[in-house]
Amino acid sequence: MDFLFIIQQTLGATIGVNTIIFALAAIGLNMHFGYTGLLNFGQAGFLAIGAYSVAVPVISFGLPLWVAFLIGVGNSILFALLLGVPTLRLRADYLAIVTIAAAEIVRQIARSATFNEWLGGSDGITGKFGKDFFDLNPFKEGLETPILRFNANDLWVVITGWALVAIIIFVMWLMVNSPWGRLMRAIREDEDAVRSLGKNVYLYKMQSLIIGGVIGSIGGFVYALSRQSVQPDNYGTALTFFAYTVLILGGAARVFSPIVGAMIFWFLIVFIEQVLRQAVTNNLIPDWLIGVNQVGQIRFMLMGIGLMLLMIFRPQGIFGDKKELALDAKA
Amino acid sequence: MEWEFTLSYLSYSKTRSRERASGRILGVRTLRYASLLLLSLVAATSSVALSSSASAAETPTKLYGILTDKDGAALSGIRISVAGPAGFTAEVKTGADGAWEVPIATKGTFAVTINEDDLPEGQALTDPTKVTIKANVFMLGVDLRMLFPIGPGVEQASLLVRSAQLTVDGIILGLIIGLAALGLNLIFGTTGLTNFAHGEILTFAGLLTYYLSAIVNLPVLLAAPLAVVLSAFIAGYLQDKYLWKPLRRRGTGLIAMLVVSIGFAIFLRYFFLFIFGGDTRQLPQYAGQAGLELGPVNITPKSILTTIFGIIFIILATLWLLRTRMGKASRAVADNPALASASGIDVQKVILAVWVLGAALAGYAGVIVTINQGVSFLMGQDMLLLIFAAVTLGGLGTANGALVGSLIIGLFVQLSTLFIPTELKYVGALIVLILILVVRPQGILGRKERIG
Repeated sequence: MDFLFIIQQTLGATIGVNTIIFALAAIGLNMHFGYTGLLNFGQAGFLAIGAYSVAVPVISFGLPLWVAFLIGVGNSILFALLLGVPTLRLRADYLAIVTIAAAEIVRQIARSATFNEWLGGSDGITGKFGKDFFDLNPFKEGLETPILRFNANDLWVVITGWALVAIIIFVMWLMVNSPWGRLMRAIREDEDAVRSLGKNVYLYKMQSLIIGGVIGSIGGFVYALSRQSVQPDNYGTALTFFAYTVLILGGAARVFSPIVGAMIFWFLIVFIEQVLRQAVTNNLIPDWLIGVNQVGQIRFMLMGIGLMLLMIFRPQGIFGDKKELALDAKA
Repeated sequence: MEWEFTLSYLSYSKTRSRERASGRILGVRTLRYASLLLLSLVAATSSVALSSSASAAETPTKLYGILTDKDGAALSGIRISVAGPAGFTAEVKTGADGAWEVPIATKGTFAVTINEDDLPEGQALTDPTKVTIKANVFMLGVDLRMLFPIGPGVEQASLLVRSAQLTVDGIILGLIIGLAALGLNLIFGTTGLTNFAHGEILTFAGLLTYYLSAIVNLPVLLAAPLAVVLSAFIAGYLQDKYLWKPLRRRGTGLIAMLVVSIGFAIFLRYFFLFIFGGDTRQLPQYAGQAGLELGPVNITPKSILTTIFGIIFIILATLWLLRTRMGKASRAVADNPALASASGIDVQKVILAVWVLGAALAGYAGVIVTINQGVSFLMGQDMLLLIFAAVTLGGLGTANGALVGSLIIGLFVQLSTLFIPTELKYVGALIVLILILVVRPQGILGRKERIG
């Protein structure tokens, strides 16, 4: 077993690009679910819209990257409005079903041959649409230490990504500790009580949906830029479910929990994966039990069980406060 | 990254099954024309291969082809024009054997156009957009054969005939969704659980059918009912008894249970992938059954039989709900669990019965899909959104609403392919779901107090 390699891979993943993407997706969900009680199962749709909004304007229409960012924010606001108008008056589980359907609509349209010309069909878009961003990279060489490695481009993505996360977290912290934030939590606890105080609950829920959605689409920006490609099938329902796992792992309705959750999530995923892989290749686990190609499946199975156990035995997550959110709000 | 690899691998197999599904929906009719076409092409190729090898030495390079209709008969007198670099143009007519050729002397890209007006009545290009095809000549001395596949054209099947076929397909799809949706809705009505792992019951029963018939070598007629019984016992009785009942007893909230069901679904899906692999497999029996022509509709006997059993199953379930003591009790529990409990109804027993029934219904839906289309580990996941759409459309928690919603979704998915590309048919159904929620949020048969 090559322990150094395992440590290197695991550490890299714990603070790497995927952690940033999932942290951003979960911060958005934290706004929706943690603070406002909205059951948004379409977060993958917001990420997809962010990712495509970065790639399509630059590749298909030759616009500069910063315009693409603005388009991305605009599109995710539009998507939030489309989702919110029909469903925010309805009960939580209706929102869940409609949002999951909407995210699937986005993915299937993106991968369809009908819009192949602009969206690239099921192969997605690969190209140098992030050139403007990587031109700004001050690092000529990557990071080379025995336990942590990034190449120059990844280092630039990781550093700017974490800076972005820090800014968004700070803004979130200001928001949820303002009177506005208290109102949001009040809506989560008892909508009717808030209504009786003369507040327009519908409007506030919409604000929450838009803000969380835009944060999710920023996660989509990072996803697209870090790979310089967009693949429609990376934005399936699984992405949303794993973002929820991240959020619940850290503890919903805590500002920092998505970051901690994402770090633990990717730490566990990569650690288990690497250990299993090494064990299989070194014949510590017999071939008939687990093949090399089945390691990924074992990992997802463990993830599913983990989510169940977490929800059953510690629904408030690692840092959550049971009083703040016990997750048994009336559906 | 491994992460992406896994996901895109999944979607790859998903695409394949989608493509298979769309092929089937277009119907055996198209398939038959396609195979005729293929045969005629093969015939054309073999005859041309001989002639070209003989003439290659005399002329430097030529573009050539043989035009035949769908039955392989030669089409003569069809004008074919070729345009190339440096103003090169030529026009020829196909001979009595349908053959044509245009000698060329320069490299470059040539546009070969067929004059559609010359085609006899009832014959058209199978792909109407391919009137002009491009020939890239990189090397002189190598002849290029140009293909203009000709058949009756998609337009030939009248709108009426296609609608009839799609309506039948839609009713069958609606029935499959309905079987699963009925159980999902009963469980939702009595326990409030939005079960994201419901689709996995379909996969479970499908895999059982496959293993019982392919590995244990039972006939499908025996394997299918056995799979339904086993899924009622394992996915219904055992699942409720050892997973959901203890959770209800702990007082786990509804949203928490919803998330638990997501975790369970993820676990099961990858467990099925682990033991079964990523491909779609057909049952050994009745795999390539020929369809029957019933008027304009083409349908396989196995499809008829599984559908009839499905309808019987749904009627029995409805009778159970309306006529039996247990069924009435289950509706009472759905209406008001506390009151039902106070009137002496054993709520946990009712819930257990609903789970057994729901799992049997969903299991049979999985069996239908397996017999007619084959089984893959993604089968349940593919159906889940349609099931949810049907349930929401009909009204969450209402049994007959689920059936109406399923029929609408099934018909809409199939009939929408008359107007939109087949690959987007699920998108159409989901958009309709959202639109109906705007107009009538409680669903078609839902009650108003459930929504707010």
